[in-house]
Amino acid sequence: MAALGEHAISYDARGLSEPNADIPRISEIDGAAAAFDAHDLTTRQINLELRWLLNEQGVTDVTVRNPGAKHSLGVGILTRCKITFEGSLGYFGCGLIDGPEVHIKGRVGWSACENMMSGVVVIDGNAGSLTGAAFRGGDLVIKGRVGARTGIDQKGGTIIILGSAGSMNGFMMQRGRQIILGDVGHGLGDSMYDGTIYVAGKVRSLGIDCVPGEWTDADTEFIERKFRIYDLGTPPELQKFVCGKKLYNYDNLEPAERKLVL
Amino acid sequence: MCGIAGIIYKDGEHPIGAEMTRMLQSMKHRGPDSTGYALYGQPSNLVIMRYKLADANTTRDFEYEDRLRRHRAEVERRLHSIGAKVHELVEENEYAFRVSLEYAGDLKKLADFVEDVPDVEVLSLGNSLEIVKDLGDAETVAGGYQLNEFTGTHAIGHVRMATESDVDISGAHPYWAYPFSDIAVVHNGQLTNYFHWKRRLERNGHRFQSECDSEIIAVYLAEKMSEGASLEEAMRQSLDELDGVFTYVCVTGDALGVAKDEMAAKPLVLYEADDLVALASEEIAIRAIIDHEIDTYDPYEGEVLVWQR
Repeated sequence: MAALGEHAISYDARGLSEPNADIPRISEIDGAAAAFDAHDLTTRQINLELRWLLNEQGVTDVTVRNPGAKHSLGVGILTRCKITFEGSLGYFGCGLIDGPEVHIKGRVGWSACENMMSGVVVIDGNAGSLTGAAFRGGDLVIKGRVGARTGIDQKGGTIIILGSAGSMNGFMMQRGRQIILGDVGHGLGDSMYDGTIYVAGKVRSLGIDCVPGEWTDADTEFIERKFRIYDLGTPPELQKFVCGKKLYNYDNLEPAERKLVL
Repeated sequence: MCGIAGIIYKDGEHPIGAEMTRMLQSMKHRGPDSTGYALYGQPSNLVIMRYKLADANTTRDFEYEDRLRRHRAEVERRLHSIGAKVHELVEENEYAFRVSLEYAGDLKKLADFVEDVPDVEVLSLGNSLEIVKDLGDAETVAGGYQLNEFTGTHAIGHVRMATESDVDISGAHPYWAYPFSDIAVVHNGQLTNYFHWKRRLERNGHRFQSECDSEIIAVYLAEKMSEGASLEEAMRQSLDELDGVFTYVCVTGDALGVAKDEMAAKPLVLYEADDLVALASEEIAIRAIIDHEIDTYDPYEGEVLVWQR
């Protein structure tokens, strides 16, 4: 029991608050490249170190060793740079980034690359659910399998999945493209507004208002270009899925009704 | 939120108490209210019973100590009168006890008779299962109950963020599948047909000690298994018959199974090696016991996976 007047923190809901974390400054910097070991660092220290390197030390190529599946690593990086994680990330990895080229040599947990604006993220392992949620731009390549609801609310960019995917992929997708080379679960593209989903494997079921689309030359050009960029070989035969636009009720009101409603 | 974890070794006994503590402590941010363990030690001929007479946050009124003393004596008297010979009685703290018994009779009768004493709850009963749960984080509970020395073959654990019932030991996971020997469950999620199943199982003579929806899963599975279903069959049926969002882990004396609802709404990360299977709500919990890069994946919606020892 803390004595009267003594200040004791007994409860830390998140278990990781560090209001006064300092930049560790432990990186080996070699010109524009730098590397550091994250094994003994906290999430906040790792992110501070990354920011310090990229924003203050003029480094453009960072290698993070032993990320240890910690959450929220590499988030909110807004500069053009190269980041390599030599291991797995936890939840919310590389969210809200704008510009970096990230290579994750491991797995990511839920909600990786959430709200990503631009850049490239390549994940060598599997990914959890909600990968690329509210994805807005750039390319996300997952070489393993992904969980459910990948690219939920996607608003742009391209998500390429070499393995299989869970249920409700592209749920409420508004723009952008997904290329899935494995099988997908139930409810593919449920309630999507726009955008395109290409699938090479089996589709367990389509979601509401997701329908097969007509293949065009532009599709062939796009797929071949992406496969060339990421060195994925010859593209397999893909099915194309788009929005059926049956749920588009906004503009169907008669002008008189519209007046009444608005 | 809530965080769940499980570990099963295929090659004998390991320090699962200390390992589960590390796993749960790394997920403290998912649920700081209470922490619970279901640990499986060496199976014995004795019946091991864990029970509690009060909670850490029970009001310490004037009668508290007197009541504890009376209830404790009454439990011991009842054990004697039902024909259970106390082999060893360990006082973990003033309100939690572990007793090993020479007892060959009906477990339900034993549990009912002991729980008939006011405020008493049987936390677990079986030949190898031991459920330990209390308020606070994993290190607090493991320290209070000396779990770091516990060796065994498999274990599950839970860190709880209380949402729909009280912060007390009754509301903490894991749940023992009253009155079935050696079965326990941890659950992350919410069940929406809780009252439907609670009434149905109560009509079959089961008792529910808590207001927590997760308790249903343990008794539901145990009842299916007592009717002849295997653990895996029972878990598959549960996907259709339990509504809501859930990822739960069920353990028996020789198996560990995990099931995920059809929405895949609650996370689970899985790591399978030659000698062990470890699973948790977050990979960071698995990495707390395995200090090198590992290949893990998330099971899909509607999946049921069972590992037999």
